[in-house]
Amino acid sequence: MKTRKPAPSRRHFLAGTAAAGGALAMGLPFGAPAVHAQERSLKIGTYGGYFEESFTKHIYPDFTKATGIAVESIPEPTGDQWLLQLEQAAKAGVAPADVSMMANTVRIRGERSGLWAALDESKVANIGNLKPEFVFKYPDGRLYGAGAVSWYITLVTNTESYPEAPTSWAEFWDTENKDAIGLLALSSNSFLLEITAHTFFGGNDVLNTEEGVIKVLEKLAEAKSNVKLWYRDEGQFQAALQSGEIPMGQYYHDVAGLAAADGFPVRSTFPKEGGVVDSGAWVLTKASKKTEEAETFINYMCQPSVQAALSRKVGTAPVVPRESTDLTDDEFNAVSSEIAPIIPKYDLYIDKGDWVAEKWIEMITG
Amino acid sequence: MSSIDRMPGRTGHRRALLVLAYPSVMLGIFLVLPFCILVALSFYYRVPGGTYEPAFVLDNFANLAKAFFVNNTVHTLSVAGIVAVLAVALAFPFTYRLTRLPRRKQIPWLIFVLVVLALSEVIIGFSWSVLLSRTAGVSNIPVWLGLMDRPMSFTPSGTAMLLGLTYLAFPYTVLVLYPPLSRLDPSLAEAARTMGASPVRAFFTMIVPVSRPAILAALIMVFVFTLGAFVIPQVLGRPQHWTLAVHITDQALARANVPMAAAMSLALLAASLLLIAVTVAIGKSRRAVP
Repeated sequence: MKTRKPAPSRRHFLAGTAAAGGALAMGLPFGAPAVHAQERSLKIGTYGGYFEESFTKHIYPDFTKATGIAVESIPEPTGDQWLLQLEQAAKAGVAPADVSMMANTVRIRGERSGLWAALDESKVANIGNLKPEFVFKYPDGRLYGAGAVSWYITLVTNTESYPEAPTSWAEFWDTENKDAIGLLALSSNSFLLEITAHTFFGGNDVLNTEEGVIKVLEKLAEAKSNVKLWYRDEGQFQAALQSGEIPMGQYYHDVAGLAAADGFPVRSTFPKEGGVVDSGAWVLTKASKKTEEAETFINYMCQPSVQAALSRKVGTAPVVPRESTDLTDDEFNAVSSEIAPIIPKYDLYIDKGDWVAEKWIEMITG
Repeated sequence: MSSIDRMPGRTGHRRALLVLAYPSVMLGIFLVLPFCILVALSFYYRVPGGTYEPAFVLDNFANLAKAFFVNNTVHTLSVAGIVAVLAVALAFPFTYRLTRLPRRKQIPWLIFVLVVLALSEVIIGFSWSVLLSRTAGVSNIPVWLGLMDRPMSFTPSGTAMLLGLTYLAFPYTVLVLYPPLSRLDPSLAEAARTMGASPVRAFFTMIVPVSRPAILAALIMVFVFTLGAFVIPQVLGRPQHWTLAVHITDQALARANVPMAAAMSLALLAASLLLIAVTVAIGKSRRAVP
């Protein structure tokens, strides 16, 4: 559940919903503009902001050149908001985007409600290139999604406030760092339960029981006095990190790298316990009538060469084995790490999601 | 006698109905209908691990009895109450002074207030967080003057959040107070002054009591307005300061639990309506006593 743009104000939200309602009302009777009737096209949603800009600039033009399918890029809102919009629209037979990039917890919610269209495996043969954990199927075996990109959440610091790079997530608990840390505000996007479990309890196993989750939450609560900001909006934390206002925290490795490349005193470190790996998958809403174009697109995106281009241009980690790409050591290390990653325990946010969210919010607001 | 009775004949009656029809239909479509949807949603079934589906269950309301929710509702109502008092306490003297100025001088001030209205909650929240920060904030001025050793950060904190919310509500308060205060008869204050009251005393013993209905209206407006703010508490407050609007947003947009969000909204609406009813009743009973 990556947050890629500032939280919308109520005014923006109202304007947005009014516009969406208008678009729904207007769009239905008229359908696609007549000009494009002969042209093959596809509406693709990615997280608004940096992601959407990078895909539009670096990835879609080559896809259109290779396949003749024009892309209309849709900036999607984060979290479950886009899922809700797609679901509501699907009930009315409308597809605000055909293909969308969805973070794991949201993808699974969509799977549970049967929102994603099944894909023809023979038309997306390149899916064989992906690491097996990035191929997503319904319980009855129908394919519905393919890994798009993966990204890491790492330990970030301001280089002026911390001349030495930290080495462990345990820094969050060090009393030296009082009021110096920024963390993501939700259990389901910060993965701090997994981070705490790996740092102090030897791995995710402790999270298998409710007692274990409570124990981990209690440990995490010990770090609360060090946390200055629990952020929902990336921009808020990034600005504070760059200025040194909040000199340490958890953040996205790709964006931190871009900030460093722009000359800001920011560094991203893979702690010895591992960075948190999360990923987005391509899925097609069942309301879409562009199944064939979508399959062509997903098949195109699963090529190792495209995955390498994503690593170079967008800063994401590949979802294909590294050996199949032509990424150099430097290029690969810029987007990933040899240290074994912390893998989120997604079922915690799905099956026990409401319970965990409740305990979590009691912990951070307590 | 109602206004319709005063209309001459059947044509007038029909014309009055026609005039009333448009706002009624609009109100029905854009206010009543969404509200009915909200009520319906609050009874929907939350699918664990999924989203939600139509049903009639009371689970969402049962969840509202939990201590976390009750405490947070009290906190939210208190924050809105404090902001209402702060905004009116600041805006009332300001607006009164403004209405006593010549027309020509009032206009730039009114434009300034309206311009602040054009700023979004997001911009206001972020501007205050910069202004109150350690690295770029106001505390650098006393440091620069040699009055302080090192700059301090004032955000996020409860005070910063109240400041931001009051700033957000201020222009609305001025606009609500402006019409009644500009209609206020200047001879009232003059009479008080002739009787020997100082300007401050005339303001508190004459202007404020006479404007009680306007003050009450402004308090209620700011109170309701602040209940809905969800960006400023996130940006300027710590987690313990987050208001119910923040948690409602999380439920709906980050957890796809729209039924729970709807139930929380309805509870907040009921609690605030109750509070407003009590306030209005107190206001009326005071007016009845001479």
